[in-house]
Amino acid sequence: MSEAVLYDVAGPRSRRRIFAGSVIGLLVIAAILGVAVARLAAKGAFDPDLWRVLTRNDVQRLLGRGLVATLRAALLAMVLSMLVGALLAVGRLSRRSWLARLAGGWVELFRGLPLLLLILFVFLGLPALGVTVSTFWALVVGLTLYNSAVIGEIFRAGILSLPRGQTEAAYAIGLREGQTLRLILLPQAIRRMLPALVSQLVTLLKDTSLGFVIGYAELLRNGRTGVEFLGGKYSIPIYTAIAVIYIAVNGSLSLLAGWLDRRTRRQLGRTVQTSVADEAA
Amino acid sequence: MDAVLDNLDAYRQGFVTTLTLTVIASALALVLGTLLAAMRVSPIPTLRGAGTTYVAIVRNTPLTVVFFFVVFVLPQLDISLSFFVFAVIAVTFYHAAFFCEVVRSGINSVAAGQAEAARSIGLTFTQSLRLVILPQAFRTVIPPLISVVIALTKNTSIAAAFGVIELTAIGTRLANANGDAVIPLLAGVAVCYLVITLPSGWLAGRLERRLAVAR
Repeated sequence: MSEAVLYDVAGPRSRRRIFAGSVIGLLVIAAILGVAVARLAAKGAFDPDLWRVLTRNDVQRLLGRGLVATLRAALLAMVLSMLVGALLAVGRLSRRSWLARLAGGWVELFRGLPLLLLILFVFLGLPALGVTVSTFWALVVGLTLYNSAVIGEIFRAGILSLPRGQTEAAYAIGLREGQTLRLILLPQAIRRMLPALVSQLVTLLKDTSLGFVIGYAELLRNGRTGVEFLGGKYSIPIYTAIAVIYIAVNGSLSLLAGWLDRRTRRQLGRTVQTSVADEAA
Repeated sequence: MDAVLDNLDAYRQGFVTTLTLTVIASALALVLGTLLAAMRVSPIPTLRGAGTTYVAIVRNTPLTVVFFFVVFVLPQLDISLSFFVFAVIAVTFYHAAFFCEVVRSGINSVAAGQAEAARSIGLTFTQSLRLVILPQAFRTVIPPLISVVIALTKNTSIAAAFGVIELTAIGTRLANANGDAVIPLLAGVAVCYLVITLPSGWLAGRLERRLAVAR
């Protein structure tokens, strides 16, 4: 249902009412923002000297290095998650029921746990077993454990979205299960999954900020280090800069995902949709 | 295993804190999210714009950054509350955007004829939303709402890094205090989370299948 169905094309009276509503809405929003701005201004949050901290070379380098570290962890975790996710999807779709159940249980287990707990499992658990692990790998492995389960489900949905005839035709010309998947199903499914994979990358990028908790020097940790060094009053400009960086990077990726989704849907009729809940976690 | 059994009381406390945080934040985020969804489908452009902007910003910001603003920036403005209240604020404002998206897609899933019928008998926008659309939308959105609550439950673990002694914080504390039993102690925490998330997930799946048949 398009939202326009909820109300008529406005006549003169409703146009006036909508105008009045607009003005009132604008006033309420302006009032909320105004209180916040007044409060911030009273504390000197708009003092240009405070914001000049962002023009400092060392601060820029610190945040720049943090962004690189964030992207590095996110991209590596994305690649690994796609590899493991593909295996999980193949496992769940396998005709061997024990394998399907095993992969299904794995997915349920890791999707049911908080990502932070998985990262801590790797970060605290492996050293307890005598394996040393850097903060980088603890973050990447934790991210992979969680996201491979989500991406595995995207792969599975992509393959299941194909018409049954594709599989039947592949079997009919004598392809084996593995060949069918590799040669017939995956190449077709990947296009339907691409938008969902890009939006999962956004979630994954957001999740790298949990590296902050274990002390991996990513964007957020470096920002915190800067604030601890410079003083608490600089938390406003520095954290705002960090939020803007995240929103810029993730926002562009979200736009790309939306564009890909619309284009693919126009060409192929349907795409794999991510759930809102997966975006939240 | 003994380490886990010795600390059952700590686990219980952590579990109760996680559950309390989840319930309070879910309720508040649902209210705020529904309000945002109503804004996003309203005929008033400023409200639509405000709702859309809020959702776009929050969707692309990590929850950890939201926590940073609440926990480190609010005290700069002389707003000092307990860590638990800070966590409730951060979790609520973050998840409201996702509740909003779920409710909005629920509104969009109600058949167009319902809204047309409501309008044709002379109901206003607010009336048709409140009496006709939302009661039907809520039915279809219950499974995805449960999924968002599950995500929220898992995300409350981030509060551990900001001074709230919930399950994950208990887990790290116990693990740091008992170096010889790190894995069983963390596994204990994992079980506590699964006790919440797995049954809720199954419930959501069952409801979704039942509603799919009913429709």
